[in-house]
Amino acid sequence: MSAVSMVEAVNMGLGYELGADPSVVVLGEDVGVNGGVFRATAGLQEKFGSTRVLDTPLSETLIAGMSVGMAAENLKPVAEIQFLGFVYSTIYQLLNHAARLRNRTRGRLSCPMVLRAPYGGGIHAPEHHSESTEAIFAHIPGIRVVIPSSPSRAYGLLLASIRDPDPVVFLEPKRIYRLMKQEIDDSGEALPLDTCFVLRDGSDVTLVSWGAMMHETEAAAEHLQTQGISAEVIDVATIKPLDMTTILDSVEKTGRCVIIHEAARTCGVGAEIAAQLAESGLMSLLAPIERVTGYDTIMPLFQLENEYMPSAERIVAAASRSMDN
Amino acid sequence: MTKQTVKIEHNRDTPHSANMRTTAPFSAKFNISFIQFLDPEARVVRPLPGFASQPEKLIELYSAMLKTRLFDTKAISLQRRGQLGTYASSMGQEAIGTAAGSAMQPEDVLVPAYREYAAQFLRGVRMQDILLYWGGNETGMNFAAAKHDFPICIPIASQIPQAVGVAYAMQYRKEKRVTLCILGDGATSKGDFYEAINAAGIWNLPLVFLINNNQWAISLPRTAQSHAETLAQKAIAAGIEGQQVDGNDVIAVRYCVQKALDKARRGKGSTLIEALTYRLCDHTTADDASRYRGNDEIEEHWRYEPLIRLRKYLEQNKCWTEADEKTLVKTIGAEVENAVKDYLATPTQPTTSMFDYLYETLPDALSSQRESVKRRIP
Repeated sequence: MSAVSMVEAVNMGLGYELGADPSVVVLGEDVGVNGGVFRATAGLQEKFGSTRVLDTPLSETLIAGMSVGMAAENLKPVAEIQFLGFVYSTIYQLLNHAARLRNRTRGRLSCPMVLRAPYGGGIHAPEHHSESTEAIFAHIPGIRVVIPSSPSRAYGLLLASIRDPDPVVFLEPKRIYRLMKQEIDDSGEALPLDTCFVLRDGSDVTLVSWGAMMHETEAAAEHLQTQGISAEVIDVATIKPLDMTTILDSVEKTGRCVIIHEAARTCGVGAEIAAQLAESGLMSLLAPIERVTGYDTIMPLFQLENEYMPSAERIVAAASRSMDN
Repeated sequence: MTKQTVKIEHNRDTPHSANMRTTAPFSAKFNISFIQFLDPEARVVRPLPGFASQPEKLIELYSAMLKTRLFDTKAISLQRRGQLGTYASSMGQEAIGTAAGSAMQPEDVLVPAYREYAAQFLRGVRMQDILLYWGGNETGMNFAAAKHDFPICIPIASQIPQAVGVAYAMQYRKEKRVTLCILGDGATSKGDFYEAINAAGIWNLPLVFLINNNQWAISLPRTAQSHAETLAQKAIAAGIEGQQVDGNDVIAVRYCVQKALDKARRGKGSTLIEALTYRLCDHTTADDASRYRGNDEIEEHWRYEPLIRLRKYLEQNKCWTEADEKTLVKTIGAEVENAVKDYLATPTQPTTSMFDYLYETLPDALSSQRESVKRRIP
């Protein structure tokens, strides 16, 4: 056991699976000698060699496309896109091929690939480095979208994603890469996909979020506690497919729900959760569903990025509004 | 035509930085060779390769081309009668697929675009599979033979980076297999193509790129697609070998593809072959080519098409007669008819099949959608 940050947990998970499964190949820009711009792959090329930890040319389309080819030929590619802002040319491959290879060949070929990318704001990065566009991927049938929010969930969910027989987009909230450390046993134990994690039990209001926003959400829950409001906190973790059972069960208990995400509001994953709550949990609701999200604006350059992102205060205010009903 | 003369020194054992040339002047010269054995009149213009001395081998190639031609004709008529969806014909380009399919080993992988029926048939894909696909049924891409081959690829050029991954997997496992990727002239304008050939060069991959340059990307002629004199020369920028071949001379295409596959199998890297041919058909059955090209042009190119050329050569060498032709047309015609019957008799997939191949195991989140379909259609 050792205390590791989230980016170290990603590194640990990649290292474990490279060691355990010879079909795993890590690829991407600067992932080899340099160990990745965030050091997520540090030391892996040294340990596993340059064919298993492969530095690619600066070609995102290639990285995604060749991952599809490798996966169809029984390798398990784990590709890194340096920042989510550079991922968009890979959507051509993800949507047209990775997500549907199994379906369009009626199961003859499959695509067990992982596409990792750091995402989200809060580190004073340059333009195009801070967006949260996870909903774009969540709209694609046939893939999974997984977002960890702590070192242990990064380790366990990454292992599960690499072992999953279908394509997974694994988004790493880079603001919390080094925010906290947790003791992790490098035992290769995966966490389940397609399931939410209840991080805190509560009875008055359900707070639903994922990624870096879990930290503001938990801080808000702490604050609400001091006001005598008991908040249940849910980390969605796999935003596609969505585990609504856990969320519905919680809302049935609390009668109130606040959904928090850093991404823009319109057609965000929060809209889907709210819609499904309206469809299947309306009778449990004691108050309107609240959403605390990024605005429907361009992610501002970093001087204003903290104004864009939901804060614990905004979450507390939303929960309090909900309690007033 | 002259042989390629470019030679750029590489030493893969030295660190990358040792290969950097930042101060010394650097110039490269190259030529692109053009390979042809039979001219349009079926005259032998250079000594034929070994396999061409066996008439039965040439008849095999001819039969494969004829099968594709008759299949194409049938598929278009099915579409016109409302029995098939939009269909992309390979009329006039049969030599390319035939050469590819005939030169490949069964364990190799074909990564096609969508006019490679000749290659697919030679690799065991059934005619009814192709009809099922264009007829709107996914089971057509579940090839019983050709288990590792990629399905038809419609988004232009997107199959090319995938072929890099397939070839990488082969090299990674130190297998003696080769990936053959077929693409059209339009695909060479896309970034996917450049990213893929660039990578094939860097990693010395067992990968052959074969361009079906049929001169038209829907309505855009080859001259408007690129100002480069040849598409083959794009290989030079990627540090791989590039060459042109007469795409209507099946002997020449077969020869070049075989050579490139052998080279790749020996670990000597990737080749880009540009096969020059002509799209005698519309882009697809949904296209009307008369909007952008004249009949004169099409009529002229019927003179160069690959079937007539090989048949002429076989006849001149007393290997083929009118009676042989009639027998073959009859045999293949019956095969095509059987495939059509089989296709038309194949039941539509159950509605729930939309869910059944989406993931290996259907996630719980989708089970209620699948159940709702089941309830609606008992």
